[in-house]
This record gives sequence, structure tokens and C-alpha cells, in this order.
Amino acid sequence: MRVVLAEDLALLRDGLTRLLEAFDFEVVAAVDNGPSLLPALLEHRPDVAVVDVRLPPTFTDEGLQAAIEARQKVPGMPVLVLSQHVEPLYARELLTDRAGGVGYLLKDRVANVAQFIDAVRRVAAGGTAMDPEVVGQLLARNRSPLAGLTVREREVLGLMAEGRSNGAIAAKLFVGEKAVSKHISSIFTKLALPPSDDDHRRVLAVLAYLDV
Amino acid sequence: MDSRDWIRDGIRAVAGGVLAIPLAIVNIPLFVFFVVSLVLTPVLGLGLVLLPLVTLLIRARADLARRLAAGRGVTIARPYRPRPEKAIFGGLRYYHWLITDPATWRDLAWLLPGAVGGLALGVLSLAVPVYGVEGILLIPLWVWLGTDSYGYGMIWPIETLGEGFLSLPQGALILSAGIAAAPHLRRADALLSRVFLAPTRAAELRLRVSQLTVTRADTVDAQAAELRRIERDLHDGAQARLVALGMTIGLAEEIVDADPATARKLMAEARETSSAALVELRHLVRGIHPPVLAERGLEGAVRALTMALPVPSTVTASLPGRLDTPVESAAYFAVAEALANAVRHSVARHTAVEMWHTGETLCLRVSDDGQGGADPSAGTGLRGIERRLAAFDGTMSLSSPPGGPTVVTMELPCVLSSPKISPSSATG
Repeated sequence: MRVVLAEDLALLRDGLTRLLEAFDFEVVAAVDNGPSLLPALLEHRPDVAVVDVRLPPTFTDEGLQAAIEARQKVPGMPVLVLSQHVEPLYARELLTDRAGGVGYLLKDRVANVAQFIDAVRRVAAGGTAMDPEVVGQLLARNRSPLAGLTVREREVLGLMAEGRSNGAIAAKLFVGEKAVSKHISSIFTKLALPPSDDDHRRVLAVLAYLDV
Repeated sequence: MDSRDWIRDGIRAVAGGVLAIPLAIVNIPLFVFFVVSLVLTPVLGLGLVLLPLVTLLIRARADLARRLAAGRGVTIARPYRPRPEKAIFGGLRYYHWLITDPATWRDLAWLLPGAVGGLALGVLSLAVPVYGVEGILLIPLWVWLGTDSYGYGMIWPIETLGEGFLSLPQGALILSAGIAAAPHLRRADALLSRVFLAPTRAAELRLRVSQLTVTRADTVDAQAAELRRIERDLHDGAQARLVALGMTIGLAEEIVDADPATARKLMAEARETSSAALVELRHLVRGIHPPVLAERGLEGAVRALTMALPVPSTVTASLPGRLDTPVESAAYFAVAEALANAVRHSVARHTAVEMWHTGETLCLRVSDDGQGGADPSAGTGLRGIERRLAAFDGTMSLSSPPGGPTVVTMELPCVLSSPKISPSSATG
């Protein structure tokens, strides 16, 4: 799989490159600033982009902006955004195009190599990977449209937002896969999501979660 | 204000008008006394004693006028320079101190116009009600003496007893008009005093310096406490964890050949310690300067903040540019504190944040539909906002009637920078 990487700190850029290459990804471009990110994304059309939110020259959110712009030009281009901190606000902005293929993780998660690589693959395949911290911040508040969900359904939705598969959710909650899919269809009904393919509905459920 | 308050205030103002008459008259001898003392200064040095004496008398009189004006809601600050330490009454230094203070001359300039204005307004506020009372009391006189000798109000002369009785409603009307007008007359007198007796620009600046000294000391204290807290958090938190991390890795290194299984467990432990250190650092950074504030400015940061609130919020903002970093930070933390208070204390179902800029002032309004009754003296939260804003000459006002809604309004004088920061201009 071909990857475009954007990270300004040399230490992390080299580390990520080494990590990705160790798992058979091909890093076709590794940029260290905001302005050169968008051209790199449009030129290489990677299978997945791994992007730091904050990049030179202004050190604000230009990595995020470039990722959003690239997805406007190339709908559905898979992007995994990394940051030292996570904001539900940014997650919402990344997901508003409702196209899937979006990840948003704390940089800390890189330390758990297996999970990180799994997240990159999932995003590349069109899924989502929301950081548990984003999910946790949203779980902390208790407001509509999620007020109608049971505690268990909410747990399932949280794990769905993180991007876990039914099997993984079942394992995490110590229940059968059947129970999980029952919860999920109940969530879809309660959130009044139109019938469509399962993956897309999962993204929509996550969006409802993020209050988009 | 109910009618009894209104009448009480009116009567008090009439009494104030009565008092103003002799006070106004006192101004005239004070003026004459001052001029004479000034003229006498070269003669035998009499002025060295007389002039300070009369100046102090004038100041006492002016201070009384200031106090009376304050009673009518017109605040007039005291403009006098402080007495130099070595100046003694009767000495040349003392004389010099008084005569070089512009406030002395402004007091002098006030004496005559103040006398004329005070006298006119005082007589007016007394005369109208008195005339009204006269109209009410004269009826027995008409009955006793018969009419035809006198008139009242609109009827001159009064010819029949019926016309005599008409003086009663006229008198009542004039009396209430006089009572209603008296507070306004007092206020007019206060405003006239303010023209002369308020501090000049220079004196205002001097007062401003002392105010700034206080807020600066507060700010420095708050900052020192904040730095101390950060130091302690780093020392007890991330720093300690990094030490533990180094120890664990070192230990794993030692035993990796002899006992690979334990070494692997230690490495996993080390990784957990490193992520715990990162979590702590992230919380600490958020408290110092939230990253989203650096990335998105005030509006974005407040939007991010409201997303995490347990109650829905609306954020409306019209801020065409970025604010200076310190102001932005103060404004953010003030809004955050106000929102936290709303959620914590008011049982609100909805909160709203409005932010706009008038060209000179950043205005922030945080409101909620909770139970109201917030008391700024009860908690440290609102007091903290006030102190944070004071460092930038900002102000906070609170409206929170029992039953709600609670509205916190904050104002910060500041300018907006241009909407886009162009990197080329920074290097030029």
C-alpha cells in the first residue's frame, strides 16, 4: 500500500516511515510542512495518508485543512490524522463529507504498533478509526439524539466509532456477535438511519454520535 | 420606583436645594478671601499663611460639593496632588505646593459660576414647591378675606370664591411638578460642579497609574502561582514518570538475555508509563494554553469547548480576525469559567455564547436558562474571571435574578489583527 506521510518532527517522521515500511507499506512521499502536503496528496493519490494536524509554517491546523481539502478534490481519499491532542470538533470536520475512510488518533497510539497498523489498514479500506479519547469526551455528555439509547447500545456505538468490527466489539464486551448485531440494528433504528450498506450506516451512526 | 420612593427622593432633593442656597453664598467670600490673600503675598509675607488657609477652606467646600454630587449619582474624583513630605503649613514649600496645583485654580474658577448656578438652581427647586404649597393653603384666606385682592397660578386676580378654590388643584399640580423636578435640578447642579471639580487629564493619568499598579501586582501574583503549579505538576507527574520509564527500560536491558519473558513484560510496562506521562502532559498543556486555541483562535476553541459540555450550546461569533495571544487566552479562560459555572450551578438546559468586536472592544456574553441567583461574592469562579480580565482593563458584569436567566457580560479593550497572517510580511 502506498502512503503519503506529513510530519514536521524529523524524529517522528523517520520513526513512522520505518514503522510503516516494516509492515509492507510504501512511503511514496514524506513531507515536513503544510504547503507541500496538498500537492503531494494530489500528485501521488496514495492508498492512505498519515497526516499531523499541526505543521509549519504557522503551526496551527494546516495538516487538517490540507487533508479536508484533498478529500474535497478526491472524495473518499483515506486520511489518518494524528495529533498530540484530540478535539471532537476536528473529528466532526473530518467526517462531514460522510465518505468514510477517516481516522483521527492521538500520536500516543503509535506506541501500540499492532493497533496502530490495524487502524491504518482499516482507514485505507474505507472504515473509521476514532481515538477512544474523542469517543470518551463525547460519552461524558449525555444529550440527544443519543439520549434514547441504552447504556449497552451506547457502549457499542462508542466502539463502532472507534472503528471496531462486530467481532472485535463482541470480544471487548464479552458477548456473542449475534448480540452485537442486534444492538447495532437497534441503534440504526433509534437514530433513524436510512437503510443502506452496513459500512455506510456505521459511518452515519458515528456522525450522529459526533452531533454533526 | 414606587410613588412613595419618588416622593421621598423629591423631598430630599428639595431639602438639598435649600441647603445649596447658603452653600452657594459661602463661595463668594471664599473667592474674595482668596484674591485678597494672593494680593497680600508680597506684603509682609502674609499670604504665606492666609493663602494656604483659604485654599484649604475652598478644598473643604469643593469636597462637600463632590460628596453632594456623588449622592446624585455624579462621581467626581478628587484631583489634588499629594502634599510633599517636607511641606509645612506656613512654609514656602507648602505655598508652592498649593499654588502650582492646577486643581487649586480650577477650584477658584468654580467658586463664582458654582455660586451663581447653585443659587439659581437651589432657589428654583425651593420656590416651585413653596408656590405649590401656597396654592393649597391659600383657600382659607380667600374664604376669610374675600377675593379680589390677590391671584394664583393662571387666575389674576381672583374674583369669585369658585376661582379661589381652583388654586387647590393648581397648587397640587405645581407642588408635584416641583417635587418631580427637584432631583433633576440637583443633578444639573452636580454636573455643573463636575465641569470644574473633576480631575484634569494629567490628574486622571496619575490616578490611572495607581490603579495599574494594583492590577499589575495582582497579575504578577497570579502568574507566579500559576508557574508554581506547572512546576509542581511537571515535577510530580511527567518528570517522575520519565524517571520510572528509564529505570524500567534499564532493568529490561539488564535481564533481556537471561529472562526474555520478564524483559518483555517490563517493556510493556514502560510503554504504559510513557502513555500515562503523555496523558498528564496533555492535560497540563490544555491548562496552560489549549492547543485548539493556538490552532483555531477564540471562536474555534470556544466551539470545541461547547462540544464537550453536557448541555447543548449555541455559539455565535463575528470576529473578523485573530486577537493578540494574551487577550485571546484571557478571553478563552473567562468564557470557559463562565460556562463551567453555568453547567455546575444553574441546572441549565441550554447555554449560549456570543462573541463580537466593536472595533475597540471585544464583547463576550455567556448566558444560560438555568435557575439564576448567582452571587459573584459567593464563589471564586466569577472573582477569578474578574481578575483575569482586569489585567487587560477588561470588565465583567453579571445579571442573575432568581429564576434566571443568568447573563455574564465581559468586555476587553483590544484590537483585532488582520484576518490572515501572511508569512512574507513576518520576514519583511
